[in-house]
Amino acid sequence: MLKTLRQIASVGIVSEQPPRPDEDLRIRDSLQAHIRAVLGRALCIRHIDAGSCNGCELEIHALNNPLYNLEGLGIRFVASPRHADLLLVTGPVSKHMEVALRRTYEATPDPKLVVALGDCGCTGGIFGESYASRGRVSNVLPVDVAVPGCPPSPTRILAGILTAISSAPAARAAPGQLT
Amino acid sequence: MALQTWFANSPPQPGAPGLCALTVSPDQWRQVAQDFAAAAGRLLALWASADERGTPTIRAAFLAEQQGLLLSVPLARPDVPYPGIGDLFPAAVRMQRAIADLTGLRSTDSDARPWLRHAAWPAGYRPLIDPPLSAPGAQADLDDYAFVRVEGDGVHEIAVGPVHAGTIEPGHFRFSVVGEKVLRLEERLGFAHKGIEQRFTQLPILDAHRLAARVSGDSAVAFAWAYCQALEGMAGEEIPPRAAWLRALYLELERVANHLGDLGALGNDAGFAFGLAQFSRLKEGVLRASHEALGERYLMDAIAPGGTRRDLARNGAPPLGRYLREIADEVLRLQMIYDEHEGVRDRFNGAGTVAPELAARLGLTGLAGRASAQAFDLRSDLPCKPYAQLSVRKIIRTDGDVAARVAVRFDELQESCRLIQHILGALPDGPHCTHVRVPADGAMGAGLIEGWRGPVWVALEAGPAGTIRRCHPHDPSWQNWPVLEHAIIGNIVPDFPLINKSFNLSYSGHDL
Repeated sequence: MLKTLRQIASVGIVSEQPPRPDEDLRIRDSLQAHIRAVLGRALCIRHIDAGSCNGCELEIHALNNPLYNLEGLGIRFVASPRHADLLLVTGPVSKHMEVALRRTYEATPDPKLVVALGDCGCTGGIFGESYASRGRVSNVLPVDVAVPGCPPSPTRILAGILTAISSAPAARAAPGQLT
Repeated sequence: MALQTWFANSPPQPGAPGLCALTVSPDQWRQVAQDFAAAAGRLLALWASADERGTPTIRAAFLAEQQGLLLSVPLARPDVPYPGIGDLFPAAVRMQRAIADLTGLRSTDSDARPWLRHAAWPAGYRPLIDPPLSAPGAQADLDDYAFVRVEGDGVHEIAVGPVHAGTIEPGHFRFSVVGEKVLRLEERLGFAHKGIEQRFTQLPILDAHRLAARVSGDSAVAFAWAYCQALEGMAGEEIPPRAAWLRALYLELERVANHLGDLGALGNDAGFAFGLAQFSRLKEGVLRASHEALGERYLMDAIAPGGTRRDLARNGAPPLGRYLREIADEVLRLQMIYDEHEGVRDRFNGAGTVAPELAARLGLTGLAGRASAQAFDLRSDLPCKPYAQLSVRKIIRTDGDVAARVAVRFDELQESCRLIQHILGALPDGPHCTHVRVPADGAMGAGLIEGWRGPVWVALEAGPAGTIRRCHPHDPSWQNWPVLEHAIIGNIVPDFPLINKSFNLSYSGHDL
C-alpha cells in the first residue's frame, strides 16, 4: 500500500490542456446550439468498432490515460447506446457489422451525434468498398464530424469530439434563434 | 525420421530463414501432417490459393525441429473434398471452414458450418476465386448460426456482442452457464471481415505492405516486416544491415507498447485502476518517444520494401534509450506492487488456466503459449537478421493462468527494453533502405516474424507486372481463439473479461 501511495505521489498530476475544436472536421450541423451546450458539460460516448484494424481503438484507449484525462473534461465512455449522446464509429463498415451498427444507432436516444474516426471511417481507407465492406461510415449513418488519420492521434480525436459538441460559428453568432 | 525425409526432398523457400517448400499429392498430404504432429510440430497457417496454372491448391506452413515447411497440395479434383487435419491440429478446423467460405474448397472434416461468411455474400460466391462483385453496395442482412446447444437442468445462455461494452473489436460470445459458472463458451467471429485478402490482389506488390500493416493495427510492424520479408525473399534482395536492425527496434517498441497497455488493462480488469493509470501513462510515453525518434506514434508505415521508410531521427537514439531505461525501472516498481497486492493476486492466480498438455494438444502459440510451457519464440528458435546476434532470452512460465500470462509480459518487457538498448548501441551505419525489384510472375515468398502476440506469417505470390496473385496474412490469434474457449471452462462469467484480456487476441487479424 505504501509503495502504491508513494508512486501516486511521485508521479503527481500529469494531465494536459485539451485541444480546441476544429471546424474543418465538421461535416454537418445537426444539433441546436443550446442542446450542444448541455451535452458539452457531461457527454456520454458509445464507441463502435464497425470493422477497423484496431489501430484507432488503441488511440481511443489513450484518451483515457492521465495525460488526456478525458473524464476530467466531463466526457466518458458508456457501455450501452441507450446511455449515449455521441457514437464514435471506427473502421470501414464491414457488411457483417452493418446491421449491428444501424441497431446501435437506433438504440441511441435523440438528439445524438455521430463522429466517424480514422481514414477508414472517413473514406473507407485502404480497405475501400467490396463484397465485404461498405466503406465510409457515412454510407450507413448520418455523420456529424469526421476525423481523418491512420490512426488519428488522441489530440485529433479529442478535437473531433469537442467540435461535435461545440457550436458552429454561424450558430453561435445568432443567439436569438435558439429555439 | 520420416520428417527428415520430407525436409530432405524440399528446396529452400525464399523469404524467412529456415524454410523449405514441398509439393505433395492429396494422398500424401495427411501423411506429412501426421509426421509433423508426431514430431510435436506446429501448424503455422493453412490457406488455399491457385498455383501458377490455376489449379486450386491447399497450402500449409508447419514448423518442427527448428525448420519450417511450406507445403502445397494441388487438387486435381476441386469438387472432391480434400482430407481434413482437424484431428491432428485442432486449430485447423476454423482455417478449413474459412477456406471453404473464401474459395469453395471443402475438407472432409465434419464441421461444415460457415466461419468467416455470415450473410454479406451468397454461398456460391468465392471471393478469392471469382472476380470482384460489380455492385457490392447492397445492404447486408442477418443470418442464423447453428450454435452448439448445452442442455440440462438450470443451464442458460448469455449472448454477448458483436458490440461489446468497452472499446473492443467486434465479435460474439455465447456462454452456456449454470449460475455464474461457465459450462461452455462458443465464439463466433468474422464480424470484422472486410475482404483483406481480395483487396491484396488489387494493390501493386510494392505498395501492399501498407495493407499488411493494417491487418491488425496493434501488430503493424510484425505484419509489415513479414510481408516485406516475403517480397524481398522472392525478389532475391538482401536488405542493408541498418535496415534489419531498425526493423528489430520497431518490433521491440511495438512489443513494449502493447505489453504496457495490456498490463494496465489487466490491472483494471482485476479492479485495480491504479495499474491502468500508471501503465497507460508509461505507454503514452513510449508512443511519444516513438513519435520523436521515428515520426509515428504507432509504427503503421515505418517498414517499407527494401528496409525502412525513414531513418532514426538525427540524435534520436539517446533520448529513446534514456526513456526506455526509465520505463524498465518503473515497470519493476509496478511489478512489485502488482505482486504484493492481494486483490490482484487473488484475481490473477488460477484464473483461465490452460495446462501445458492441453496447450500442446491445441497448439497454443506465442505469448500465451509461453505462459503454458510452450517454449517457442521465433526470435531465438528461428531467428531472422538481426536476432541471431541479439541472443533473445526466451521467457517461459508453466502455470498457464492469467498470472502466468502477466508474468511473461513483465519479463518480456524487461527483455525488450534490454534489446532496444543493445540495438541503439550497436546500430550499424549505412543506408536504411535499398531498391527492391518487382518479382517475377509466379514467384512465391514467405515471411515469418515473432510479433508481440506470437508468430505472424505472410505468404505472398506474385502475379504479372508487379501485381499480387495471392497474399495470405496469418495472425497467431487463429491458433489461440479456440484455446480461449477451453480456458474459460469452469471459471465464472465475471472473470471472462480478465481472462480474455490476458490473451488479448486480434479480431481484425483473424477475420481479415
